[in-house]
Amino acid sequence: MKTKIAIIGGGPAGLAAAIEAYDKGVKDVVILERDSLLGGILNQCIHNGFGLHTFKEELTGPEYAQRFIDKVKERNIECLLETIVIDISADKVITAMSKERGIFTIEAEAIVLAMGCRERPRGALNTPGYRPAGIYSAGTAQRYVNIEGKMPGHKVVILGSGDIGLIMARRMTLEGAKVEAVAELMPYSGGLKRNIVQCLDDFGIPLKLSTTVIDIDGKDRVTSVTLAKVDEKMQPIPGTEEKIECDTLLLSCGLLPENELSSQMGVDLSPVTGGAKVDESLETSIDGVFACGNVLHVHDLVDYVSKEASEAGRHAAEYVLGEKTNRGSEVVNISTGNGVRYTVPVCVRKDRLEDLLTIRFRVGNVYKNPEICVYLGDKCIQRRKKQICAPGEMEQVILKKADILADDGAKEIKIAIETN
Amino acid sequence: MQTRNLTCIGCPMGCALTVEYTPGDKDSIKVTGYTCQRGLKYAIDEVTNPTRTVTGTIRVSNRKNLVVSVKTKDPIPKDKIDAVAEKLKEISVKAPIKIGDVALSNIENTGVDLVITKNID
Amino acid sequence: MKYDVVIIGAGVIGSCIARELSKYDVKALVLEKASDVCEGTSKANSGIVHAGFDAKSGTKKAFFNVEGCKKMPALSKELDFAYKNNGSLVLCFSEDDIPKLEELKKRGEENGVEKLQILSKEELLKKEPALSKDVVAALYAPTAGIVCPFNLTIAMAENAFVNGVEFRLNTEVKNIAKEGDSFKIETNNGTFETKAVVNAAGVYADKIHNFVCSDKLKITARKGEYCLYDKKVGNLVSSTIFQLPGAYGKGVLVTPTVHGNLLLGPTAEDIQDKEAVNTTKNGLDSLQKTAAKSVEAIPYRSVITSFAGLRAHADTDDFIIGESSVKGFYDCAGIESPGLTAAPAIGAWMAETLSKDLSLNKKDNFIGKREGIKSMALASKEEKEALIKKNPLYANVICRCELVTEGEIVDAIKRPLGATTLDGVKRRTRAGMGRCQAGFCSPKTLEILARELNTDMTKITKHGEGSGFLSEHKSL
Repeated sequence: MKTKIAIIGGGPAGLAAAIEAYDKGVKDVVILERDSLLGGILNQCIHNGFGLHTFKEELTGPEYAQRFIDKVKERNIECLLETIVIDISADKVITAMSKERGIFTIEAEAIVLAMGCRERPRGALNTPGYRPAGIYSAGTAQRYVNIEGKMPGHKVVILGSGDIGLIMARRMTLEGAKVEAVAELMPYSGGLKRNIVQCLDDFGIPLKLSTTVIDIDGKDRVTSVTLAKVDEKMQPIPGTEEKIECDTLLLSCGLLPENELSSQMGVDLSPVTGGAKVDESLETSIDGVFACGNVLHVHDLVDYVSKEASEAGRHAAEYVLGEKTNRGSEVVNISTGNGVRYTVPVCVRKDRLEDLLTIRFRVGNVYKNPEICVYLGDKCIQRRKKQICAPGEMEQVILKKADILADDGAKEIKIAIETN
Repeated sequence: MQTRNLTCIGCPMGCALTVEYTPGDKDSIKVTGYTCQRGLKYAIDEVTNPTRTVTGTIRVSNRKNLVVSVKTKDPIPKDKIDAVAEKLKEISVKAPIKIGDVALSNIENTGVDLVITKNID
Repeated sequence: MKYDVVIIGAGVIGSCIARELSKYDVKALVLEKASDVCEGTSKANSGIVHAGFDAKSGTKKAFFNVEGCKKMPALSKELDFAYKNNGSLVLCFSEDDIPKLEELKKRGEENGVEKLQILSKEELLKKEPALSKDVVAALYAPTAGIVCPFNLTIAMAENAFVNGVEFRLNTEVKNIAKEGDSFKIETNNGTFETKAVVNAAGVYADKIHNFVCSDKLKITARKGEYCLYDKKVGNLVSSTIFQLPGAYGKGVLVTPTVHGNLLLGPTAEDIQDKEAVNTTKNGLDSLQKTAAKSVEAIPYRSVITSFAGLRAHADTDDFIIGESSVKGFYDCAGIESPGLTAAPAIGAWMAETLSKDLSLNKKDNFIGKREGIKSMALASKEEKEALIKKNPLYANVICRCELVTEGEIVDAIKRPLGATTLDGVKRRTRAGMGRCQAGFCSPKTLEILARELNTDMTKITKHGEGSGFLSEHKSL
């Protein structure tokens, strides 16, 4: 099978990329989705808060997904469901598998990687203790509750105050479970402030900061977990142990971009994000391979996923239409200054810059009254004050092409956080 | 005169709001910190008649091991959340169903309909 | 109905004995208290096929180790379980310790181990560049290997079952009484009468032994904790790397597993509670620290899981194998390292002994060959296509980390002594053993188990009664 653009993943990123590529003029687009329906993780995100930026409405996950699924259907974009990609070669030959077609290959001119991410499990945390039933990553528990309609447990402790952990604290409570506490390793929560209010405060669920799980008890099913406070080095402080009786431990301890296929292909990955290193066109180190959404870097808001994915779809279409030249043009690197953990993109190719460049990034700590500063070489070309910057909230700066090209000799753009 | 510090839940920005008011006197309410009208409305509601949109799931009776996501079409009084959540366990729908279908009108006498938020074929 | 032989314990020892015994015309029964075979020590060990230089000459450990090591390659083909002859190295870090290496070499040669050699630092670092630069020399044992302890145990048990051995799972022995010529075994699932009893009860072998024998046995549970790392770092070393053995055993090793992960462990701690298979902060920290002596740059951040197993340690420091003081009651106790390696040899020896003592005749219709579950992950393109053509369920990937398909999971459930729990599926197919640790596949696996076993998702457990996952909502 041959296609102009193959999109790996039919979640919010894949859907937006496909629509934009099609609208840009490339009709020969195929979405490859391993599940039996489109929508990706949104299918189990039944809470609302999606779409405020995109549609000016507050939608639930499935509703948001349906807006894009409808557009895909209207355009008759080909979707291969229950089709899993097991390999992609460096020259863009995809090996896929499905009950219908068996094993087959797709030669693609361009590929958009939109595989999303997975959750960090207990094993990767190396938490000591027993290995009973009743330990779930928050997303797996969410699936049981919101798709199959089963209860994963009744007395719950949650480790990790990222959005998934907070959302599940509320969800489990509404389904009749008792959520004893949400423990968070860092001295600040990783999730949106609104979720602390409507998921914890509303239900009187305590948030224990600088706290982690140091032991899990229960030979067959969880019977208790032991919490402890941690010091600045994230080490448990002796004497602060607190045993909480429970039958369920939910883990919301980090999302990891799912780049096994990208690795297999030989795409350059960033050790900080786990996602591909991309340029201003969201193109990876392999020609004609683009990345967007959570597989590129983990987002907080699906609206930004859709925005980023549209860009990737557009660039993929331009590539296929022969409009994407100048791959070899002069590169300006984007580096991380004080307080900035990573940026997407990591570089720009001067001759491919469009009028506006969006650089998305995350900070590594909570900063009160920070200034987001953008340097081109030594010169500061943009400065923006903010009330607060936190690791749990993705930031962005928008630069003008003219400003970037103003200094011919500058080889580096640096984003840094400055505080007084 | 009371002062409450709130975090707005109207959108992901989560603006820090301060509300000064005398309980029972709607005209006494003074809000600072909001950056849009939703925030202002949220602050006033939160100290007079706090509401929340409830999202959940209900059983799809003609499908095995499947529930469908639902939401209250509009926010409902906060003190009715538990009753609404309980009610969801009692009702079910039959597929096929579409986004926007009314699963139960005027749930728990809130005047608000419970609507389907996912298409099931 | 009176049995000829009842074997207590369906771990690797009990299963090997059952399989070898099933070569004879015999009424045999295996009693296992857990919900599946391979639920005890057999599922939580290093997976090493030891060369046999470690055990003192003249001991049962030495004898059965070397025999078992010799049998393993052919058996792995016959019974279709994963085995690799990757060799092992015992490192030493000081010139003063080289005599200890030479002692091991000499002991190994006495025990019948072939091809042992001492390697110099230069040869070592060429062979294994990841080793610590502090290494001075090592004993190299080319005959050592790695094996999948689950595959091995399950293959043996399945083959025994196919050849007529009965298995009763979820059946715990409460008491054994000798009555005349036979034994009456009381369990929670009825009483069984048998001519001979084989005690292969792991850490509880003392409990079983002491029901019947006046000379009491004591088995100490010795906990060993392990850390398992992502396949991405599985080729850090290619041989199994040991340090010089100490008082508590072989010490912490660094090894690839037969499936391509990296394994570090075990620790050694004597404990009272024979059910305490929990890992501890001290254990995990210390094993990672100790392993770093052997191999620089241990990729700690690539850990995907950790676990603990309990070795059955007898005071005699050797295996206790053979007829006890009570006629017809046979012990296979104190099977700590090199127990896994020795298992096929112990099985053969015990079966032969029983055949003599009970005058059993050899079968002429013994089915020796077993075909394991076909792995799509390991299949070539043509093999994949053929599997899918025969059964489209082989195209439906359930575990994406290990590429395990629905076809394989259904096979694991439907075959003799098939899986009935999530762990049972895991050990037979590897679904859930990958880097996401079943986060993605477990909902799907639960659904498949429920469908194939004609029950509800809420009834499926992790490893038997008490370890359920899901329930229905309260009000319904």
